[in-house]
Amino acid sequence: MTTAVEFQQVSRHFGAVRAVDAVDLAVAEGEFFAMLGPSGSGKTTCLRLIAGFERPSAGHIEIFGEAVEGLPPYRRSVNTVFQDYALFPHLNVRDNVAYGLMVRKVGRAERGRQAEAALELVKLGGYGDRRPGQLSGGQRQRVALARALVNKPRVLLLDEPLGALDLKLREQMQEELKALQETLGITFVFVTHDQGEALSMADRVAVFNEGKVVQVGTPQDIYDRPRTRFVADFVGSSNVLPPEMTRRLGGPESWASLRPEAIRLMDPATARISGPVVSIRYLGAATRFTVDLGGISLAALAPAGSVPPAIGETVGLAWDASALHGMEAQ
Amino acid sequence: MVDAVAPTAAQGLVARASDLIWRRPRVLLFLLLTPPTLWLGIVYLGALGALLLQSFFSIDEFSGLIRYELTLKTYGELLRPSNYDIIIRTVSMAAAVTFASVVVAFPVAYFAARFARGRWKALFYLGVMLPLWSSYLVKVYAWKLILAKEGIITWIFEGLGLMPVLDLMLAIPVIGGNSLSVSYIGTFMVFLYVWLPFMILPIQASLERVPASLLEASSDLGASPRQTLFTVTLPLALPGVIAGSIFTFSLTLGDYIIPQIIGSSRLFIGQAVYAHQGTAGNIPLAAAFTVVPIVIMGFYLWMAKRQGAFDAL
Repeated sequence: MTTAVEFQQVSRHFGAVRAVDAVDLAVAEGEFFAMLGPSGSGKTTCLRLIAGFERPSAGHIEIFGEAVEGLPPYRRSVNTVFQDYALFPHLNVRDNVAYGLMVRKVGRAERGRQAEAALELVKLGGYGDRRPGQLSGGQRQRVALARALVNKPRVLLLDEPLGALDLKLREQMQEELKALQETLGITFVFVTHDQGEALSMADRVAVFNEGKVVQVGTPQDIYDRPRTRFVADFVGSSNVLPPEMTRRLGGPESWASLRPEAIRLMDPATARISGPVVSIRYLGAATRFTVDLGGISLAALAPAGSVPPAIGETVGLAWDASALHGMEAQ
Repeated sequence: MVDAVAPTAAQGLVARASDLIWRRPRVLLFLLLTPPTLWLGIVYLGALGALLLQSFFSIDEFSGLIRYELTLKTYGELLRPSNYDIIIRTVSMAAAVTFASVVVAFPVAYFAARFARGRWKALFYLGVMLPLWSSYLVKVYAWKLILAKEGIITWIFEGLGLMPVLDLMLAIPVIGGNSLSVSYIGTFMVFLYVWLPFMILPIQASLERVPASLLEASSDLGASPRQTLFTVTLPLALPGVIAGSIFTFSLTLGDYIIPQIIGSSRLFIGQAVYAHQGTAGNIPLAAAFTVVPIVIMGFYLWMAKRQGAFDAL
């Protein structure tokens, strides 16, 4: 499979700040690739390195096998959907979408036609004459998408594109983006700090922390087999257990993660591990409760329909040995 | 029992006044706007109206007294070659100064808005504003010395062996002259210097409001830096350019001191107004002259609006 974007030991330092620190990455062609991490973890800087807004302090970047270190953004076959959409306020929607064609000297009639087609693609057909200021956040988002797609980029970069939308709209756009990517077959590189978004949409996820890529893998890999404490903590709200605790609970002497949903409730009389419930949080689809095991509290889920325990009640806990996943300390 | 912190009735006049303002925001608006409205409405617009009215009177050529009958005769006088020349001269100078101001101010404003941070920003504001702190007359007389035949510019050109260039410039008909200080080139340079801050600041303010992501988006979509400048940066900075050009254009149209101190003895509109309302006592003609810049500026703004200069606002 062709590699769309490749990073070899890429660093980007701002003074003493190592925004991106010796990152190796390979994004395959046609892949939906998510870069996940907390703010300041270097994921957006990586995206800007691909787009060409930043130049690496060290290392090597290739886009479809072509070295791009000296290549300005306007000579790269990638397009970006910006976090703030960055629509041109002085142009109407059609001219915004046709902008990339206009600067490439495509004729007026042809670019009008292509812009309209791109707007149809994002379900905004007939909106061409409006101004960006007259659109809602979700519609602006679609215009930004159409404006990038009309140029037929080989890689589409999306910088937290759904961050400003409300939950309902975000879920809808997630599905549409995923469907769009499958139809068009374009490589998507998607930056987000929302682990749910990354897991549900991406083919592969790179988890960033402090300028480094901590783990790359399929969503299942990342979720079930986090490589480090940070990944376990950040992706889903796993129980992170220190080595001595893991041993006490029947695992190897190393840091380990234990997913709340892997924990089963048992009769405390027969259970090997038990403790009092210290807090309860109702989540709708499940009830999340915390059990004190002396020195550590373990979060577990009681699915909707089952009777959740009450605060103070002693409960027994059990899980499959494979659910206790050992990982590196960092 | 501890005293409860409960809402209490307003005590005293100030407290009651602030409660009233809270309940009726229009009262505050009224209090805030009345003084400026009185000032602008009566003192400023009233004076302007009186001036406009004067321009529709005429002067009796025999007695030199003003005839208080509405007529367009005075406006007809504006079209006499000697007066018409004054208008053309002033408008050309104002246009040249405005155009040059945009060219000089834009890079400075662009640097300040896009790149200058912290200390550099402070230095920029200081550099642009500092000339405005000193007296306008002092600056103009200083320029007179700089531009004089024995001045520093001549000295520099001599030192560099470029005197033929300066002589060639001064030999250009109409805008040349004996020395820079008595030529239109000199007048132009001083106007440009004096009004430049009024162009830099609005452009800088408008560029400041253009998010960096728009320029990145333009580049991302394939526009070269040149295309980005002409299709994104300039259109978005246009309101600032227009605002700045209103300053430079109208200030040049109305100024009567700079052309009097530096330049040839031929009159500009401001000087004509000064002469007619003073010794000549021809207030109607002076008023008619003042109407010219007002009409030109009105027309200019109307054109700018029609061309969509304010669409990005």
